[in-house]
Formats: sequence, structure tokens, C-alpha cells
Amino acid sequence: MSKLQLLTKGLIKENPTFVLLLGMCPTLGTTTSAINGLGMGVATLFVLTLSNMAISLIKNVVPGKVRIPAFIVVIASFVTVVQLLMEAYLPDLYATLGVFIPLIVVNCIILGRAEAFASKNNVIDSALDGLGIGLGFTMSLTILGAVREMLGSGSIFGLKFVTGDAMLVFVLAPGAFIALGYLLVIFNKLTAKLR
Amino acid sequence: MESSLKNMVLTLLTITLVTSAVVGLVYQVTEEPIAEAKMAQVTGAIAQVLPAFDNNPADLKQTQMVEGKEVIIYPALNGTDTVGYAIETFSNNGFGGMIKLMVGFLPDGTIYKVETLSHSETPGLGDKMERKKSNFSVQFEGKNPASFKLSVKKDGGDVDAITASTISSRAFTDAVDRAYKVFQSLNQKGGESHE
Repeated sequence: MSKLQLLTKGLIKENPTFVLLLGMCPTLGTTTSAINGLGMGVATLFVLTLSNMAISLIKNVVPGKVRIPAFIVVIASFVTVVQLLMEAYLPDLYATLGVFIPLIVVNCIILGRAEAFASKNNVIDSALDGLGIGLGFTMSLTILGAVREMLGSGSIFGLKFVTGDAMLVFVLAPGAFIALGYLLVIFNKLTAKLR
Repeated sequence: MESSLKNMVLTLLTITLVTSAVVGLVYQVTEEPIAEAKMAQVTGAIAQVLPAFDNNPADLKQTQMVEGKEVIIYPALNGTDTVGYAIETFSNNGFGGMIKLMVGFLPDGTIYKVETLSHSETPGLGDKMERKKSNFSVQFEGKNPASFKLSVKKDGGDVDAITASTISSRAFTDAVDRAYKVFQSLNQKGGESHE
């Protein structure tokens, strides 16, 4: 697989949300608005790229039987580091995303990429893979967040275009499932030829 | 790599040692900026909820324990005159848990302004308690709880609840009420010392 393919496969072919359906907990929980989806996506992208690189570096010294605990410790440390840095230097973003950051540890995309890709490939390929899948995740979360925000709050990235209330159900949990379901259908219909 | 007890223990020990050292280091580096960011949020909120003052209210802060949690009182002075009291209050009854508010009282008990410090209410519904999202919190301004009954209209009070967010509105009102009770106890103490 070429470097470019590694970077772009996460967008459509192996899109973690719309094709692989991984990491549904943060996906459904955080996408109440476009900006929250974007923030969660970028935080995940950051952790995913770093953890992929670190795991690729240590893959030859970790015995097979303890690889999962070793990977999880590495991932959890990166998440804690990201959380502390965000709280210190981006307090506004932390105020909206803070509660979701620890959820990145249990996002199965991260452990999934560590196990399926980073533990078998070199550092550069692993970094590109993390970046690619992270971009795909960010894109999906932003789209889902934007759709839910438009239908549920009548605004986009915080800019209101409907006065009064919109269809409130879309910012609540049931609306997350409904929106995700329809987006899955649309996404897979549109990209069927590309895959 | 072959797994043996010795290399498994050694690997995990090394990984946990290195990662905890890194997390500890980042914690030390970010400790001060995090405290500063929190302090900046508090001082910003005090300036928001009271008329102009020229002291540093954080120097005079007092705390009272209410239901096992701290309620912090920041007295604001202009020269030697008391401009008012900013009270950092809370409610545990939010839809998403704890809500923290900063309530500004003028010396006669009139609410000057209320600012939301932190909450986890539903975006698009309960988060309308934030001043930038709706006019809900504006209705408290200029009201004296001696004549303005601090509970939502559904419960026989004077507060207009946010549409479809009675629980969040109740919790917000509950937090303001808690601040007012602390303010009253403060006044009683002050009154005694003058006599």
C-alpha cells in the first residue's frame, strides 16, 4: 500500500465510523454539535497517531502474551498527557470536551489500529495510518455533529439560522442513532462505486 | 517475541515505569498553568457578576460548607465600601450532574448577575442556562429573593423555566437559592458584629 493510500484510506474505504462502525460510544456521545464532533475527532487523531508510533517502536520488545496490557498502558498515558495539556493551554476547549477525553482510552479504534497495524508495520507507516484513520474519524464526527446540530438546534458551528427551537430529539441520544443510521445509508450508497 | 515470565514482568515493569514518569513530568509542567486557567475563569466570572470594584476579591475569600461541599464567598470592595458579594455556588440536581454558578449579590441582597461556571447539561436543552445561549439567566438580574420566589413556576415560584428543561432550570434555581442562603447567613454575622 502506498503512503498516500495509507493516509486516505480512513476517509472512505476504511472509514472507522461509517464503514467499520468502530468507536460508537464517543461517536454517539460527543456529536451533539459540529464543534464538539470536530474537537473529539482531533483529540482522537492526536492520540491515535502518537500511540501508533510508540507501539510500532516497542513492538519488537513486547512479548506476545502481554502485548494488550502494554498497549493499553501506552494509550492511557497519551490520553492523560493530552488531557493535562488541553486543560492547561486550551481551557475553553477543555470545558466542552473534558468529560469525553478519558473515553478515548476505551475507543476501540485506537487499540484496533495498534493491534492490526502498528504492531506489524514500521514507524512511518504507522504514523500515516494513525493520521489517516484519525482524519476519517474527525470527518465522520464533524458530519454527524453538523447534521445533528442543524436538525436539533437549528444552527451550524454555533451560528443559529432558525429562531426558536428545532427538532430537539436530534441532540438527545435517540436522535444520535437515527442520524447515524441515515448517514450510514447515504454514505455507503454514495461511496459504493469508490470502494 | 517468545513470552517467558521473566521478559513479561520486565517489559510491563519498564513500560509502566516510563509512562508514569512521563505522566508525572507532564503533570508537574501543567500544574501551574491549570491552576492559573481555573483562577482566571473565577476572577473573570467575579468581574462579570458585580459592578466595578477595585480590590482583588480572591484575597478576602471565605468558605462555608453546605451539604458537604464548599460555597466560596468573594467580597468585592471599592475603596472601603462593599460593592457586593460574588458567591460561587453549586447544585447536585442537574440533569447531567453538578452545576456550578457564580452569583453576584449587591449589599441589599439584590441579584446583580448570574454566570455559569461549569455544567454537563444537554446541549440544545439544559445548556441554555448559559448567558450566551439564552436569556434564561437574565430574568434573575435585579431581583431580590426576599420578594422574588426562587423556584420555577411549575413549583409555585417566580422563575420561568427553560422550555423542555425543567430539571436544569430547577437545579439552576436551586444553586442561586443556596447562594442566597449563604449570603443571608453572611449578613446576619455582619449585623451582629456592628451591634
